[in-house]
Amino acid sequence: MRLQKATTFALYAVLELAANPARQLTVVEIANKYGISAHHLAKVLRDLGRAGLVEAVRGVGGGYRFAGNAKRLTLMDVICLFEEIGAETDAAAPLVAGQDIAAGLRFVLAELDAQTVATLRSISLQTMLKLIGRRPWAMMPAQPPARQSARQRR
Amino acid sequence: MVKAQRSEPDEPVVIRRATAADMPGVIALDEAVTGLRKPEYWREVFGRYGAARREQGSFLVAEAAGRIEGFIVGEVRAWEFGSPPCGWIFAVQVRAARREQGLGSQLFDAVCESFRAAGVDRVRTMLARDDTVIHAFFRSQGMTAGPFIQLEMRLD
Repeated sequence: MRLQKATTFALYAVLELAANPARQLTVVEIANKYGISAHHLAKVLRDLGRAGLVEAVRGVGGGYRFAGNAKRLTLMDVICLFEEIGAETDAAAPLVAGQDIAAGLRFVLAELDAQTVATLRSISLQTMLKLIGRRPWAMMPAQPPARQSARQRR
Repeated sequence: MVKAQRSEPDEPVVIRRATAADMPGVIALDEAVTGLRKPEYWREVFGRYGAARREQGSFLVAEAAGRIEGFIVGEVRAWEFGSPPCGWIFAVQVRAARREQGLGSQLFDAVCESFRAAGVDRVRTMLARDDTVIHAFFRSQGMTAGPFIQLEMRLD
């Protein structure tokens, strides 16, 4: 699954700020830490501010501070500010011919979407920060390299 | 008795193995949360995992001031679906008014300790996809998606 850039930047910023709610960070500090565009991040933080997840800090230093409830806010709450998860795909457009194939594809893809939505709704920012602290990916066995598609092999 | 912790003044919470006398409280709590009354089911579960059958599994309750405020049930299963022995949690509930006070975590920790004592190093569970509350609870305890997929089909 891939998220849009704005969504990813939003998750970086919210989790970074929620990890220490008393701390304020500037756009440049967050952008430098994650190697992302400060210009793009600034727009994302304005959107997060309008949604009440972060608040701009006035005065010397400025920056942003986390303003939400890390126990209540979920990854889905952040993601759905920037994109739709589980939205209907092009395969959903009904066809005069091949309607069953379209419906069958929709059925299978809906299975994946339902799992994705359930997972994102179940992980609060607090749970996510605990997971990050545990680093479960470091305990996983090395994955074999992904198979190339026929198009990539050409 | 596994653990005692004060959660409200004059109401220490005790995590302990369930007894037959706890079943009315368990049945009532389950009915209050799920809307379904299942006395035979809970008596059968107690028969399998209650105090006298601890080697088969763990049926633990959280009691405060003589009232059942939560419970958890689990057992070690071996070689189902090709999996080496691991602990399975198949029921957990905490009274709504007592949630977010650490009771669920105490119950979870206690049942995991029973699994460790039984020699397994992994715990699993299954839940309804739309049960966000219980899904969030297990995630908050550190559980993540496992390597199995649940499939089903109608038989009618």
